[in-house]
Amino acid sequence: MNAKAKPGEKWQMTGAEMVIRALKDNGVEHVFGYPGGAVLPIYDEIFQQEDIEHILVRHEQGAGHAAEGYARSTGKPGVMLVTSGPGATNAVTPLQDALMDSIPLVCITGQVPTTLIGSDAFQECDTVGITRPCTKHNWLVKDVNDLARVLHEAFRVATTGRPGPVVVDIPKDVQFATGTYHAPDIADMRASYHPRLSGDEALIEQAVAMLRAAKRPIIYSGGGVINSGPEASRLLRELVELTGFPITSTLMGLGAYPASGPNWLGMLGMHGTYEANMTMHDCDVMVNIGARFDDRITGRIDKFAPRAKIIHIDIDPSSINKIIRSDLGIIGDVGHVLEDMVRIWRASDGLEDKSALKQWWNQIGKWRARNSLAYTPNKDVIMPQYAIERLHEASLRSGKETFITTEVGQHQMWAAQFFGFEQPNHWMTSGGLGTMGYGLPAALGVQIAHRDALVVDIAGDASVLMTIQEMSAAVQHNAPIKIFILNNQYMGMVRQWQQLLHGNRLSHSYTEALPDFVMLAEAYGGKGIRCEKPDELDDALDEMIASDKPVIFDCRVANLANCFPMIPSGKAHNEMLLPDEATDEAVANAISAEGKALV
Amino acid sequence: MNARQQATGSAYFIAKETQTAETHTLSVLVDNEPGVLARVIGLFSGRGYNIESLTVSETEHEKHQSRITIVTRGTPHVLDQIKAQLERIVPVHRVVDLTVRAQDLGHEKPLERELALVKVSGKGDSRVEALRLADAFRATVIDANVEHFIFEITGRTSKIEQFIAIMAPLGLVEVCRTGVAAMSRGGEGM
Repeated sequence: MNAKAKPGEKWQMTGAEMVIRALKDNGVEHVFGYPGGAVLPIYDEIFQQEDIEHILVRHEQGAGHAAEGYARSTGKPGVMLVTSGPGATNAVTPLQDALMDSIPLVCITGQVPTTLIGSDAFQECDTVGITRPCTKHNWLVKDVNDLARVLHEAFRVATTGRPGPVVVDIPKDVQFATGTYHAPDIADMRASYHPRLSGDEALIEQAVAMLRAAKRPIIYSGGGVINSGPEASRLLRELVELTGFPITSTLMGLGAYPASGPNWLGMLGMHGTYEANMTMHDCDVMVNIGARFDDRITGRIDKFAPRAKIIHIDIDPSSINKIIRSDLGIIGDVGHVLEDMVRIWRASDGLEDKSALKQWWNQIGKWRARNSLAYTPNKDVIMPQYAIERLHEASLRSGKETFITTEVGQHQMWAAQFFGFEQPNHWMTSGGLGTMGYGLPAALGVQIAHRDALVVDIAGDASVLMTIQEMSAAVQHNAPIKIFILNNQYMGMVRQWQQLLHGNRLSHSYTEALPDFVMLAEAYGGKGIRCEKPDELDDALDEMIASDKPVIFDCRVANLANCFPMIPSGKAHNEMLLPDEATDEAVANAISAEGKALV
Repeated sequence: MNARQQATGSAYFIAKETQTAETHTLSVLVDNEPGVLARVIGLFSGRGYNIESLTVSETEHEKHQSRITIVTRGTPHVLDQIKAQLERIVPVHRVVDLTVRAQDLGHEKPLERELALVKVSGKGDSRVEALRLADAFRATVIDANVEHFIFEITGRTSKIEQFIAIMAPLGLVEVCRTGVAAMSRGGEGM
């Protein structure tokens, strides 16, 4: 029973045994979960084997985000196991998070026995009904003989095409029942599901012709490049090098092209760099590789890249023309399409107007010189931007492979702006859903997959409290995650928007009665560090990294710093609010009444 | 670059709709499994699309496939999105915009039929008139006593609407309609 099953082999076993067997046969080594009445048979099987390690979390939401972090950092599906009713409803947030960020997540939920379904039984909820809109697909398995097929199909649906979350809901009597198990077999996959991998070659040739004719090109890449695997990132780098084009990326795509690369413009969008957004606005040919024109990226749609011919490469046909009308849409896995693009470019005579590209880079140089990420250093108070820069330096100094997760808010944007990401799969953040509380459990998931790596959750004082209980899970599982809190005692991004939109009336965005994070860390059995002075920061960071325990680092930063540059609501890419222009008056007047209504 | 200039929109910028809405009929071939209709309907409600008519029944019993006919209304951009979003649903095999296909073949619309049961109650002249009109519309009587008829009528939606409107002053009691079933003209399947 220990070897992987071969296609065609069949065994009799219970539903609970099948779950474990199917996990093994699909290459699963770690499961994040929380037991309860309706999954006890599965937990009993977990107890009697050693191939799959179960990571006990403290809340089902934590299991989901941990599985997401695990998935994002390994390229493998994350697996969570929760009970019926509240276990399943607590999983909803990570499921929707994974749906919006295209993370492969397999969620197994227990359900009340089939005979009790619909009777409002104890811990019953309509799990497939509740999770239908927040999964790529879900199944309620009422017959144990369907279970093997459904579980294998669940892994396939989660990991192929545009990846996403799936739920398999298994009633308790099905877990106890005995039926026939068979190994994963590509032949019994359903006919209706057939994601397209290769792009249309003729369209790719057209795309290359458009790129060759470009005078002011830009490459805009996204999370699809990360999802496609390391080879896609390598090909993206090759394409950038071949063409000499400037490249920017969405929040989700950071690391696909290295931040130290010569063609890197920084992140684009609402808190993107001036050069990235201006290059987007003024370009004549844009190629979107695995991104979806999210509203945080586009700003005002009717003024989005007004002179650009747009090429959009995406594995999901519904992404093409959803928000921004593209001139050429290519449906396929970005890895496959990039491979073709590189090959076709190599076989061509290359760029037609090299002097135009040179001029374009000159213009970009002028925008870069605007230094849009500049902030005013302070000797007495730690600036949050400075804290991220020092953290980056400290991680390099340590020589350790470093993974960064974040919560959601100002600290997340500063992390994206100031931590240089060099590799794909090393940056985990909640982009689409914007889930406060994502980062701590995600860091746990990353650390479980990468035991020796440095895993840092760059957190805010407000976000981190949403899932702080997972410190207990980190201590239990010897996962020495580092929770680096940029503590400004505010929900900083909420406050920033209140300053922009609501006349500086800071309604409930001041976090009163914050816990003592150092004592909190110690209470959990971890290590607590507090730092308030810029000149003490480096030593404190080294101490954090050197610790073999989970650490909560309470980094006291300038309370009122705001996150710039910023495209205010209702503005276009070329109407950014830059840090040196962000006077109180400018901030107060940046958004009109109409803009306020729609934010 | 001037942050003080008046903004005219928002980060959630809602572009002015320049396209006009059209009514289209979609045929959707799905695996007939529990929840499949909920997935389709949930997509429409969740993304704010319209459903004007929806008809569903298993059409291929061996394959357990159902054919869903949806009449929807939206701009060409929205209609493209509806089709693409439907195709993302795992148990959906195919989505065909029958209206587009009909227009490609030089017709205004695909073949569309609805069936309605119409109960009319009355005595004397109005009863005679109802029967006479039903005959003109080729509606058949499927149930009757001295004070009521139930008519079965099949046809295009406009015909059914017209028939119901005419029956209204003649003692219309209730109506039940199946919704639109539709198919492309010509020899090819969907």
